[in-house]
Amino acid sequence: MNRKTLFISVAGLLLLVFAGAVVLYQQSASESRNQSVLEREGAPIKGPNDAKVTIVEFFDPACGTCRDFYPLVKRLIDRYPGKVRVMVRYAPLHAGSDQVVRMLEAARYQGKFWQALELLFRSQDRWVVNHKSQPMRALTVMRVLGLDMERFSADMNRPELVQTIQRDVQDGQTLNVRATPEFFVNGRPMPSFGYDQLSRLVEEAVADAY
Amino acid sequence: MKSKVYSLGGQPGWTLLFATWIVVASATLGSLFFSEVMGVPVCVLCWYQRIAMYPLVLILAIGLFPYDPKVVRYAGALAGVGWLSAMFHVLLVAGIIPEGVQPCVQGIPCSETHISLLGFLNIPVMSLSTFTLIGVLLFYAHRMESS
Repeated sequence: MNRKTLFISVAGLLLLVFAGAVVLYQQSASESRNQSVLEREGAPIKGPNDAKVTIVEFFDPACGTCRDFYPLVKRLIDRYPGKVRVMVRYAPLHAGSDQVVRMLEAARYQGKFWQALELLFRSQDRWVVNHKSQPMRALTVMRVLGLDMERFSADMNRPELVQTIQRDVQDGQTLNVRATPEFFVNGRPMPSFGYDQLSRLVEEAVADAY
Repeated sequence: MKSKVYSLGGQPGWTLLFATWIVVASATLGSLFFSEVMGVPVCVLCWYQRIAMYPLVLILAIGLFPYDPKVVRYAGALAGVGWLSAMFHVLLVAGIIPEGVQPCVQGIPCSETHISLLGFLNIPVMSLSTFTLIGVLLFYAHRMESS
């Protein structure tokens, strides 16, 4: 065998092994994606409870891309009435977001989770400074919701609230969520990141389920 | 071993360089697998080692066709830089160099390890052993050529 043939065959072999490893890894990763880690009883849900297509979104209220995706997620629920719901999970990756997430959860105890979330997204510029959450500013923003502030502060320190958030953070780590927003549609992640990819994934899931 | 070496055209240095290239190409693909397929975050020190490793794939390949023994000098310099940052990284992970000295305080801490095979083989240790192997192979390629 001459040198060039040898070199080219070895290079080809290495690439083949690499491609094989990629395929094997992706197969085993999708098999081990455990449903119980993905969806949790009691996480906030928008849309009908009996919908067969569930979008699970790991999000950070301070994340600009999560804010930009929010209208699309709402549109997807409306586009397939009764068939699609979204479950949101906390992934407070920005500094200071852990406190803001606790505020969201405390607002949820007063039945105002989605109003609080929309408000925080809408006024993100006012409480996120240099990619860092400013919990005190977020609190000021949230005053317009008319929450019972005494109950609110007490709820923020409830151990079950802290546990819920910790559970979400742990599940996010198990699922390798390292950036927000991360979407799973009936357990499947987006093939690549983008609005169209999410819409298509939901479209396929609806076609499969109904 | 020797007969095989000479069967490849009578230049043992070439065979050793080719072996080095296989090591370098495998390490490059392996590190890309960790970051791009498995999604392991890449810290600053890992990038310094990649900067030393990735060009070797091309430099060594060019040195093989046509065979140019001088490629050992160019490759050796890169391998040396890579070896030093890998050594620094291993010491950092082992806790011998204190946290405060590490260059990447924000973002992804270099002192954190993500993969551990057989209990001790984390990515910095793999990197250090690979750079050591590259160094040894290059050294022998150079010696065979000059003798």
